[in-house]
Parts: sequence; C-alpha cells; structure tokens
Amino acid sequence: MSVITYRQALHDALREEMLRDQDVFLIGEEIGLFEGSYKITAGMLEEFGEKRVRDTPIAEEGFTGAAIGAAMLGLRPVVELMTINFSLIAIDQIINHAAKIYGMFGGQARVPLVIRTPGGGGQQLGATHSQNIELFYAFVPGMKVVAPSSPADAKALMLAAIRDDDPVLVLENLALYNTTGEVPDVVEPAEIGKAKVTREGKDITVVAYSRMAHVALQVAEQLAREEGIDVEVVDLRSLRPLDRDTVVESVKKTNCAVVLEDDWLTYGIGAEIAATISDGAFDYLDAPVRRVAMAEVPLPYAKSLETAALPSAADAANAIRETLDAVARRR
Amino acid sequence: MIDILMPRLSDTMTDGTVSAWHKKPGDPVAAGDLLVEIETDKAIMEQEAYEAGTLAEILVPEGENVAIGTPIARLDNGTGDAPAPAPKAEEPAPQEAPAEAAPAPVVEKPVKAEENGERRAATPLVRKLARENNIDLSTVTGSGPGGRIVRSDLDNALKAPAAPAAPTPSASSAPAAPQTTDARESTAVPFDAVRQAIATRLTESATTIPTFTVTVGAEADKLMALRAQLNSALDGSGVKVSVNDLIVRAVALALREHPGINASYSAEGRGQTVLHQRINVGVAVAAPAGLMVPVIHDADQASVSAISARTKKLVAKANDRTLSTTEMADGTFTVSNLGMFGVEHFTAIINPPQGAILAVGGASTELALVDGEVVQRKKIRFTLTADHRIIDGALAAQFLATLTQLIQNPFRIVA
Repeated sequence: MSVITYRQALHDALREEMLRDQDVFLIGEEIGLFEGSYKITAGMLEEFGEKRVRDTPIAEEGFTGAAIGAAMLGLRPVVELMTINFSLIAIDQIINHAAKIYGMFGGQARVPLVIRTPGGGGQQLGATHSQNIELFYAFVPGMKVVAPSSPADAKALMLAAIRDDDPVLVLENLALYNTTGEVPDVVEPAEIGKAKVTREGKDITVVAYSRMAHVALQVAEQLAREEGIDVEVVDLRSLRPLDRDTVVESVKKTNCAVVLEDDWLTYGIGAEIAATISDGAFDYLDAPVRRVAMAEVPLPYAKSLETAALPSAADAANAIRETLDAVARRR
Repeated sequence: MIDILMPRLSDTMTDGTVSAWHKKPGDPVAAGDLLVEIETDKAIMEQEAYEAGTLAEILVPEGENVAIGTPIARLDNGTGDAPAPAPKAEEPAPQEAPAEAAPAPVVEKPVKAEENGERRAATPLVRKLARENNIDLSTVTGSGPGGRIVRSDLDNALKAPAAPAAPTPSASSAPAAPQTTDARESTAVPFDAVRQAIATRLTESATTIPTFTVTVGAEADKLMALRAQLNSALDGSGVKVSVNDLIVRAVALALREHPGINASYSAEGRGQTVLHQRINVGVAVAAPAGLMVPVIHDADQASVSAISARTKKLVAKANDRTLSTTEMADGTFTVSNLGMFGVEHFTAIINPPQGAILAVGGASTELALVDGEVVQRKKIRFTLTADHRIIDGALAAQFLATLTQLIQNPFRIVA
C-alpha cells in the first residue's frame, strides 16, 4: 500500500499493461516526446519505443479511426484525447464506428479500444476546453464509460478498461490529477458497471462520480464532524453500464438523495439517477431527489465567474441540509 | 375567491365538525362577522370571517367532520376567477341522483380530506407506511415544505400499538352489528369530538406511560368542620365552599412543596423531567358531553373562595360546552373527585403531558382505635397515579404525606 497521485496511478496502470501484454499500445497527440499534456505517459516512449507509443498529428478523427481499425484486428490501443472537448472531432468514429461494429458485423469483430480523456472545468481554459460531455458517450449503447474518482479506482478501472473487449471511455479529470490516495501494491482490475458505497451513512444518500464523488466525500466528512449528519456516498464509477441497484439500495435505507454532477443539469447524469431512484425506490422516498449541477452557461473564463458556475462543496452541503430539512430529520 | 379552511383551534385538534353555519350562500360577509361554529375535540368555537365578501358556497354542511386545512366554504371577495365548482373532481359522479328520502346510514364513515377532492401532499414513503399501518393521512399534520407529510410526522401514529383499522361499518367485530331495529340489539353510538378526544388521549396515556398508584387515607373531620365554619361565615355572600375546593387548594400547596410532582416527562435528549413553575390544577368535570378538565391556573396563589368561584364558573361552562381552549390549556396536575357518588376510592388515568393525577374518594365514616378507645371518624382516600419515568414511589408517598397533613390540619389550607 502506498499513497500516490491519481496521475501516477493512471501512469502505473498503463505501464503495467504495456509490460503484461505486447498488444497494448498508446496513441495520441504529444504523448511520446512531450510525455503527454498532463504527463500521464511520462517515460513511456523511452521505455517502450516508437512502435508502441505513437505520436500523431493533430487529427483526432484520423488517429481514433486508426486505433479502431487496429483494435478490430486484435491489438489493444489506448487512445489519449488531450481533453474530452476534442473528442467532438472524433465523435463519429467513436459513436458510429467503435460502438457499432460488434453489433453491425454480427459479432465478427470486437473493438477492444480504450479512449482516455480528461473532463472538467475550473482551470480557466475557457468554454470550449472545460466541458463535461461524458454523457454523450454514456448515452450510446455499445460504449462503456468509466469515471474514477480516486487513485485506487483510477488504476483498477484503467486495468479493467484495457482488458475489456469493448470500447471503453475512461473519463479522467483535470482537477483530480494531483489528488492523492492509498493504492494497494497489487491492484486487481475493477468490475466495470459496479458502483461503490465509498462512505456508509444513514441520513441521506449522495450519488456522484468523478470529481464530484471526491467532493462528496469531503462534504460528508465535514457534515459529520460539524453537524452530526451521516451521509452515505455512492460513487457511480461507471456511467454505462449504470449500477442502478446500488443506488436504489442506498436510497431504500436513507429515504432521500442528492445527486452531484459536474455536467449541466438539464438532461444530465443526475436526471438519469433521479429517474432510477423514482423507478426503484419510489415507495421509500421521503423527499424529492435534489440535483446539484453546473450553471447552464458555456463555462466563463473569468476566474470569479468560472468558480460561481461550477458546483461547489458548499452547494452540495446546502442541498443536503435542505433535503434533510424537508424530511424534518436535521438535528 | 377565497377558500375558507377548517381552522386549527387548539394544539390537539386534528379535525373539526361544522356545528352551525351563520351565513348562507349569497349572504354578504363583513370581516369580523360570525361565520360558522366549529366543534373541536374540546369545545364549540365561533369562527369569524377574516375578509369581507359574499359567501359563495358552503363546501362542508353542518354536522360533517373534516381535517384541519380542508376548505369548508368559498368566499367571493371580488378577486380572481368566476366561482368555480368545488374541487370534487376525484369523486366519480353518481350514476343517478340518490332517492330523496334515502335514510342516513347508522354509522357514518368519517370524511377523509382526500375524498373531498383535496389530495394532501405526502411523500411516497409516507403513503406506503399509511397503507401498511391503516393510518388516515387526513388526520396527520404535515411538517414538510408546504405542509407535506413526511416520515417523521407519522412517528406518533406508528408508535400507537396496532393502529385501529379505518372505521368502516362492515369491518366491526363487535357483537351484533346494529343492522336491525330490534330494541334488544346493541346500539352503536358514534363518538362525537369530545368522546373521540377522550378515547385517543387516554389510550395514548394508558399505553405509553408506565404508572403506579399510591393510596392514603386522611382523617377529614376537621376538614368537614372547617368547611361548615367557612360556609356559615360566608353565608349570604353567595359563595359556598365545597370539599373539593379545599382539596384543590391543599393539592396546590402540596405541589409547591414537591415540585417533582408538578412535572412532565419529555423525550428530549436522553429524556427529561420538565418541572413546571406554575401550578395549574385541572379539575375533572363530568359534563353531559363527557369528561372535561377545566384548569384553575396558579391555584397555589388563589384563595379557597377564589378557587370556589372560578371552579363554579368553569363547571357551568363545561356543562354548556363553552369552555375556551385557554380555560382547558396548560394544566400541570389534575384532581378527579368521585366522592359525591359515594365512591370509596379509585384510580385515575394520567392526563398527558401531566406527570400525575389525584383520584379523590368520598368521606366515609369509619371506626378507629385511638388510645384504646373506639372512636368514629371521617376518612377520605386519596390515590395518586404517577408517571414512573419521572416520579418514584417515595416521592409520591412524600407528596401524599404532605397532603394528608394539610387535610388533617385544614387551617393550613386557608392560612
């Protein structure tokens, strides 16, 4: 067991898989010589050479398509898209090809492709470079989308993604790269499609993923310490497949829920979670499901406005308090 | 157009019966006009109009009982839309008009708020629990946003052991359901609001409070003599002191000496004994409508003649059901006296949230051995029923010892 960063955990997972399986290779912009915009691929070119660590032109559609072809023929490519915003240039390749080939070709070819890409705002990168559009991919049958919130999960889910025979998008997060956490010396691949109760509690369920799952734990600890509120945190970890059972079981226990999401409210992941709770735990609800999400604007560049638009720990704490007020259960 | 709602007239009121309408549809109404009389669990109260207008429609006729917050009438104050029909949309229209002379059913099903077309906001969890436990949500007050009923509002209803099923006439397992007019059959007399309140409060008391009883007998010859003396002194003044007036005063003094009896249990925190600074003695009155308990506030600071005058007034009001909620509120202890019926002694049930109640028997003549001599004397038996969560046996005994001293040395009562 050692304490490492989320960034290091991702790097370690890639390296372990490169060592384990000769068919695994990395492809993307500036991942070789420059070692990646966020240094996840640091040292890889030197260790594994140009054949397995391939720098590409700035042409997401092209190199994503090339990776899909390689995957169909048996290799296990790991594509780095510098941010999820640039996936929009490759979206036709991802949705119309990677996600469809297995079904449309009657199972003759699988696409064991990994697309790793960070989402998230808060870095003053402007509206076009700060989005949370993982929903676009989680919406599509044929895709898998995982979203780790801790270093241990980053490693376990990356291992699982690389070994999975279907296209998996691994959602990283700019604000999580430098966070630290305990990671076991030997990490087993996670089971894709399983959520995790990262903190048990009895008063209220908070459902979140990626950065907001990290925030949820902090808020839960603060509310426990300062206000005696016992929050249960469910980290979704996988947006497709979605582990509805774990969410429903938790709400059956606590009778109320708040969903935290970094994307926009309307049509967002939280809406799907609220519907899941309504379907599975209707008779257990003692308050409407609340959602905390980003303001419905293109994310502003100015720091003050950017901060105001993004959901914060304080927003989450308020939604939790208000929901508990509504069920008259706050001490 | 304004909906006039069934008002909440007391803390314990959950529903009310429209006793009499003083306006009919089409009548002009000025703010402050007497509009309607409402029968609550405690009294019949007059309700005035808060706003001026024209009474557009009566939604709840006289004699009907509805939950607080249910619209009972509509007042046209000149604002808003044209008079809309009462929101009874959820009730399917009857296939044909009922026969005009249809006899009223013997036992009326209580009208639920929801059957009046108003769906009360309640969470899905609450609705499920209400279904499972036969809780009528029209009797529950919601504390959530906008009056929504949430889980914690059901705490009391769920605590009650085996909440009785909604009273449907057919579900009764009582012997001989009153279907025929045979005079030898049992008759079901539906509870009025007072009887319902008595049943609910005392069931709660008897099933949730761990009680014990302690009985003492006090010699009452001096008390009787003092009463005769007082009344001959007061002759012509219109005041006539009863034994009970002297006992109420004696109880108030004994409570002052033993504040632990003048107390209530509270579940706050690990549990609390709430000691009351004021000594407000309730006097159980056998009114024609049923048991009523008007309160002599600050009885420890009132003279016997003042207690006597106040009690007389309150008993008269209890008899014609005109006691106000204030006159029945904030009691800290109750005295129940069945002496006038020749009862030797009995036990009473605590009137929550009070901590104890004193049952007073009649003065009976007994023989006793004093210094080897057989003597005849009067004795009154006092039985204290106490909430053992806050009162221990020794404290109850000490209180009764003080009371006995006062009864046996009655000048101290009037001193």
